[in-house]
This record gives sequence, C-alpha cells and structure tokens, in this order.
Amino acid sequence: MSAQGDPMSTLVEAPIVAPAMRDGASPFKRIASDFLANPIAVAGLALLGLVVAAAIFAPLISPQNPYDLGQIDILDSKLPPGSPSSTGGTFWLGTDDQGRDMLSAIFYGLRISLAVGVISTVLALVIGLAAGLTAAYVGGRIEQVIMRIVDIQLSFPSILIALILIAVLGQGTGKVITALVTVQWAYYARTVRSAALVEKRKEYIEAAHCLALSPSRIVFRHLLPNCLPPMIVVATVQVAAAIALEATLSFLGLGLPITEPSLGLLIANGYQYLLSGKYWISFFPGLALLLTIVSINLVADQLRDVLNPRLQR
Amino acid sequence: MTPVLAVEGLRTHFFTRQGVVKAVDDVSFTVARGEVLGLVGESGSGKSMTGYSIMGLIDPPGRIVDGAIRLNGANLRTLPAEGLRRIRGNRVAMIFQDPMMTLNPVLRIDVQMIEAIAAHEKTTPAAARARARDALARVGIPSPDERLAAYPHQFSGGMRQRVAIAIALLNRPDLVIADEPTTALDVTIQGQILYEMQKLTRETGTALIWITHDLSVIAGLADRVCVMYAGRIVEQGSATAVLGAPSHPYTRGLLDSVPSNHPRGGRLAQIPGMTPSLLDLPPGCPFRERCPRAQPDCVVTPLETTRDDGRTIRCHHPLGTAVASMASVR
Amino acid sequence: MLVFVIRRSLQSVVVLLVMSLLVFVGVYAVGNPIDILINPQADQQDRERAIAALGLDKSLPEQYLTFLSGAFHGDLGRSFVHATSALGLILERMPATLELAAAAMLIAIVLGIPLGLWAGLRPTSVAGRTIMAGSILGFSLPTFWVGLMLIMVFSVILGWLPSNGRGPTVDLLGVPVSFLSVDGWRHLVLPATNLALFNVALLIRLTRSGAHEALLQDYVKFARAKGLTNLRVIGVHVLRNILIPIVTVIGLQFGALIAFAIVTESVFAWPGMGKLLIDSINLLDRPVIVAYLLVIVTFFIAINLLVDILYSILDPRVRLTETGTGT
Repeated sequence: MSAQGDPMSTLVEAPIVAPAMRDGASPFKRIASDFLANPIAVAGLALLGLVVAAAIFAPLISPQNPYDLGQIDILDSKLPPGSPSSTGGTFWLGTDDQGRDMLSAIFYGLRISLAVGVISTVLALVIGLAAGLTAAYVGGRIEQVIMRIVDIQLSFPSILIALILIAVLGQGTGKVITALVTVQWAYYARTVRSAALVEKRKEYIEAAHCLALSPSRIVFRHLLPNCLPPMIVVATVQVAAAIALEATLSFLGLGLPITEPSLGLLIANGYQYLLSGKYWISFFPGLALLLTIVSINLVADQLRDVLNPRLQR
Repeated sequence: MTPVLAVEGLRTHFFTRQGVVKAVDDVSFTVARGEVLGLVGESGSGKSMTGYSIMGLIDPPGRIVDGAIRLNGANLRTLPAEGLRRIRGNRVAMIFQDPMMTLNPVLRIDVQMIEAIAAHEKTTPAAARARARDALARVGIPSPDERLAAYPHQFSGGMRQRVAIAIALLNRPDLVIADEPTTALDVTIQGQILYEMQKLTRETGTALIWITHDLSVIAGLADRVCVMYAGRIVEQGSATAVLGAPSHPYTRGLLDSVPSNHPRGGRLAQIPGMTPSLLDLPPGCPFRERCPRAQPDCVVTPLETTRDDGRTIRCHHPLGTAVASMASVR
Repeated sequence: MLVFVIRRSLQSVVVLLVMSLLVFVGVYAVGNPIDILINPQADQQDRERAIAALGLDKSLPEQYLTFLSGAFHGDLGRSFVHATSALGLILERMPATLELAAAAMLIAIVLGIPLGLWAGLRPTSVAGRTIMAGSILGFSLPTFWVGLMLIMVFSVILGWLPSNGRGPTVDLLGVPVSFLSVDGWRHLVLPATNLALFNVALLIRLTRSGAHEALLQDYVKFARAKGLTNLRVIGVHVLRNILIPIVTVIGLQFGALIAFAIVTESVFAWPGMGKLLIDSINLLDRPVIVAYLLVIVTFFIAINLLVDILYSILDPRVRLTETGTGT
C-alpha cells in the first residue's frame, strides 16, 4: 500500500549503508571534495547560498519594509516592473495591489518560506528519527505498530493529510507547521529504520553490547551517527518539498496567515491579476519559489550521489 | 570444401575508462561442415567473447577491431546491421549458459519460438506452430502441444535448455554456437543434453562450436579443440591429439588439474598463480609467469605456428622440445 | 485466483471499516460533533431536534452504528451551505474530477513512457540527458505554480486556451463529460496537463530505469541472437517486462491524482470534488469534508485492491504459482 504520490517520496532512493572511511581523511572533507568536483553541484550550492543569504539579510537589502504601513502608498499599487517610486527609488519588480515593492516582499517572503520549511523539517526529522530508531532497536510489537502507522500514512498523498489536519485544527502558523511535520515524519521514520536495521547487524553494535553500554548510549552514540548519511539526503529533499507544500497550502488560502506572508501567499495574492496582464505580482514570487526549490533539489541530488557508498570508486 | 566458418585474425577490444581490454586477440580457426569444435579455457580467456563476436553481439564499449569472420565464404564483418540480423538465428544460432535468464519469463514458449521463425521467413501461424511443436518433440520434450502454451518458469532447468536448443535449431542453421550450455545444470542432465546435441548435429549436419571450461565434456564430444588463454588460442588440433598429447604447457596444466587424472591419495596438481587481468597483460607470452617451462626468450610474444600435422601452437618451447632449465613452481 | 481475490477483498473491507472508525472517532469523539454536524446558525429548538435526529444524545458505540448505517444508505449529513445531502454534492462533482484525473493519466502515459524508453535506450545521448534533467523539474515544481505559468502563457499571452471552468458538457449515459466536444477539450487540456506533470516525470524515471535494467538482461541478448528486429526486441520483450511494475504504479498513482486534483481544480476553477473540498474548508461546511474523506478513503482502498489483482493477472509467475500450476 504505498502510493508514491509526492515530491516527498520519489526523489528519495536513499542508500542504506554508511560510507566507509578512506585514507584516514575525515569523511567530511572527502564528501566536500567529491561534492565540489561536480559543476552542477557547485552551481546548485551557489544558487542556494544566494537564496539563503537573501532571506537572512532581507531587512538589510530590501529597498523597503513592505509590512510597515508607513512605507507603502496605495497610489503606488500595481505598477509594472521598473517603475519609479514616489520616494525616488525604483520598483525593480513592480508593486502589488497594496503598493508594496515586490522585490522587498519577495525577500521577506523567502524568509518565512525558508523558516517554515526548515523548522518543520527539523521537527519532523527529530520525531521520525526517534520513531524509526526505536522501531529498529526495540523491534517486536512496537516496531510492527510503528511501521504499520508509517505505511498507512505514506500510502496517502501528503496534500490530503495536510488539508484534513488544517480542516480539523484550524488555521495559523503553528497549525501549518504541525501539518507539515505530520506529513513528513513518516519518511524519516521509514528511512532511518531501514538504515538502523542494517547497522544493527554490524559488529560494532555487537561490540557495544558486549561492553554493556546502556541502550540509549548505543543508540545515540553508535547507531545514530552511522544512519545519518541517508537522512541528510532525505532531509534536504524534504525541505524543498515542505516549502512547496506550504506554498501550495498558502495559495489555497489554508496556509500561513496574512501576517506572515510567505511566497505562496504572495503568489495567491497576484493570482487574480494574472488574467488582466499584471503578471509580475504572481510571477516573480513564483520565480523565487522555483529557484529555491530547484537549487535545494540540485544540491540534494548531488549529495545523494556523493554519499552513496555503492558509487565510491 | 569451404569450411562453414573461417575466423581469421579476430580482434575484439573493449575500450573502458580504465584502459583497453583485449578480450579476443588474434584468434583464427575454422569449422568444417558437421564438425564439432571445442573452445576451451578458463573464465576470462575470451572464449565467450569469441562466440559473441561471431554473432555480432558485441556492444559498446566493445568493438571488433580487426579480422574476418567468413560464414560459408562471406565476410560477416562487411554486412550492414540488417544483413547481420538476417543471419542471426537463421544461419548461425547461439545457446547461452543460463536458460532461465535467456528465455523471457513473461512470454509463452510458443510466442518465443514462433517469433524466431517469423523473423526470418513468411509462414502462416499454424505452420510456424507445427514447426515449433516438432522441434520440441525432437529435443525430447514430452507433450509438446501443452508445453507450447507454458511459461519458462514452469519448466525444469534441463527442459529449459532443451527448449533453447530447439529454438536454436528451428531455422536449420549451418552453425550453432553453444556457450557453456550445461554448466548451470546438474551432472546427470548434462549428460542427457550432451547426448541430444551430438545426435541432433549428426542428424542435421550442423556444425557446432562448444564453448566450455570443462575438458571432460570436450573429450567425449569434440572433433577438434582450440585452447584459449588471455584472449589468444594457444593450441589447436584434433581432440584426440591435443588432449592425448598436448603441446602447450597450459593445456598440460589443464589436463593435470582434472582430479580424475590422478591416482587416489596423490596430491592434486594445479597451475600456480592466477589468470592475468586483461587490462594489464605482461609483455610477451601471457602464460609466462605461470609456466614451468618459461625461458628468457618468452618475453617475446610467440606467434602462432602451424605444424605439419595441421596442429597450431603458440609457444616458444612446446612440450616435446628440450628446454635449458625448468622454472621452479612458484 | 478466485481465492486470492476473495482474500484481498475481505482485507479491503476490514481496512475500510477501520478507516471509517477513524473518521468517526475524529468527528464524534475528538471534535465536537455538535459543531461539526449541526449548522451553527440553527436556533436552540432546531439544534435539539437535530441532536435527537442525529442520535448525538446516545452512547458512542450506538452512534457509530448509526453512522455506519447512515453511510450505507448514502446519508452522511447535510451540507450547511447548500442544504442538500453532503454525499450527493460530492457525487455530483465526482465525474468532473474523475475526467480530469483520467485525462491527466492519459497524458502522463502518452508522454512519460515513450520519453522514458528513449532515455533508457540512449542514456548518454543529448536527448536522453535532457529528458532526465527535465524529469527532475517535473518533480520539484509545485503544481499550482506550473498551473499559473500555463495560464499565463496559453491564456493571457497566447490567448489560445481558456483559463478556467469546464465549458459546456455533453451527457454520456447520464454523466456530464467534457471530452466529447471540442470546446470541452479546450477547457480540459490545461488543467489535465498541469495535473499530469508530476506523473510524467515519475513515469519517465520509472520507464528509464526499467528499460536500462531490462537491456542488461540475458533474454535481450538471446532475443537478438534469434535475429529479431530491434523493434520487436524492445517493443515486445523489453516492454512486456517493464510494463508490469509500471502498470501497478499507474494504478496507485490514480488515487494520488484524484487527491492532487484539489490544487489543479483550485487554480483552474474546475468544478470537481477537490474545489468543493477547499470551498468547504473555507466555509467550515464540515459534513461535506467528512463525506469527502470517506469517499476518497474508499477510493484509495478500492484502487489498492484492484491494482493487487491486476498485478497478479499480469505477471504469469505470480498468477500461475498462486494456483499451483506447473511442474
């Protein structure tokens, strides 16, 4: 019962064995050098860096704070890209229906989209790790129950689960993050469980048992670090998927509230003006969303190849 | 009489990222009408690749770089792709090692047999079906009509190989190349298949190239033998002559390795060392580093020389000639 | 074979009952059923009457049985907004969604499988690499954004195709469909293509890896050794092998399509179940949400069952060993 219906699951063919160490070089250095050897990976990383930088430094680089009511003028609304602003600057990407500068709105929107994506991914990662590791380590009935829940959840498309949760819980930032976390945790649980099952059989775990180390120590200090490589790839892809899902929810009017305008909300805002030719209100936020998602996926794709021990020469 | 097959100076090389692998390196032999030729060697000796080269089934990064393959006088290498396709399965057929994998698991037997006929001539489905049924009966498969409607996984290993043989013989080819067809089967079935093949080729006058690493099979079956090592033929001649009185130290080594050739309780002989990687052949005779008869002049690659009795040998110091000293067995 | 079908059907019924129990618990136990099922604008008298009619004053197990029997009779409550049967509303909109999903699946198959085959047969060619790179885009781009771009290009800039709505429909066996008229097609093309995008990418990748793997198999070598044409080798031998897992994915994906249609229907204002769901969530029309949930869960379970049966029919190894035929 597994419908691979989402961006969330199909790009993930995670390797289940940890990479071996070679030449005594730290694995991080080797991974980094393998990664940087590929021009596509570098391009993706550079693009991602730009996006993240724009998000972090939004208040500093935006020509205007689009959410400060004192700074916007309704008379400036719906101006095309390149129009001069009343304060002497230029609206490089035009303005929306409230007179907000699109460029600034995009920078602020990036912040929120990225923040929500990363936060929900991290939370889902923690929960998924806990569930998957427990299932793998403890085994027995508990493992069966956990994995059954995971299987059933993964057989439903993410959008459906998210929508139903929002319908039941109501709207608001916290609820959206809850929905995103609920949708994602199952992927992590399943991935880490397969990795952990493989690692569990290895001799260093047996040795740890023999040393009578406590279970929590074995799990956290020995099992977990070796299950991490596939998780890194999954988590990276999931950030992109979470951002896309949040954008979709916001577009449908069921996502973040207007006080936290993510890129999805900006796009939704501009949707109604699309048919009258004022494309820039939707198009540019959409482009920013696209660049974010594509750069994350590029990096994740390359990471997967680099971390896959089966491809090591 | 023109031989059915004449291979002259065949070279098939694989151009990989790590270097050039000379899988087949200057191989020449002939097969006469109705003759059984044994192609013997360890894995990696190039024997299967020789078979694939004749069939034109070498895929990139491999390529036939030199030589001629004359089927009934016509050079197959000059044929366009479509011409080669018409010959495959028609005038030359091949049988592979693992019948479970060579028969398509999701298609019925009759489909796989009829398409082999339909690819080369226009017949009615009924006529093709009748031919397929007769072919199955001829290879000793009971209730051929029911078996036609079955799938490969419903047959046992020996039966599947018989089906593969039947398919190979459907269009009455001049030559059949059998690539280790009995290696994947148990010994008793092996015997049956060998017997079938012998009978069929004698009945139809089809020439047969039997590729194997198992000398005992060759001993009972082949008229002539080619011994291959590292992509080259090191010795060639009639089966009785080569196996009875080998000239090449490698052939001698192979014969000595067969356990039944030794008295009970004695030590088993073996050829020291391992087959060299074809990426990294030492200069000169490729067998040099494992040969007890190696001499300083073996660093020069020996050429193939034909003796008066028709046997060929590729060795500076074949058995039966004196050598200055014997290298110690490493 | 029959045993297998019966066994799987029984399993599905069990899962369906479990899911209905979950929905029931979600609505009646977790949420406040009074708020969920009774129109908030009803006055006190109406509320009491509704509570009695819905049996909300009875014990929970009794309520579950009432709920189930209601479900069997097609009564899942009345929409607050439209004052008609919630289930009826959903069923009314279902043909539109199904048509959209079917058209999308058709586009995905027609585009995805040939492109994937090409990429699998010539992986190092320019075309092959481009196809694979394109497939990554197909996964990562959010559906709604692509929809907006499609509208922008084809409706606004080029003016070739309409940007929303379903257009005129023709009745086929009492069911309104769009594909029987040219204008219907014009309205169907953009949303169906939008919905298909993800599956095109998925099918490209699946077909490519399947073809790539199949080509390495011995039966391909043997087929070529028989002197079969390349067309037959690929069209019959390779395709028949890779189609089996692909067909199962297509089947399972149909369920996902129905779900993802929610987004496409919103972008293109296509009057299907998905748009109804979004509107209902926005308007807090909870009976419709419950009805939608149950319908879609039933769909998913039914699709899973059908796909399992289909797989066992297609793969002769499964089919024949299940019934014990063979030597």
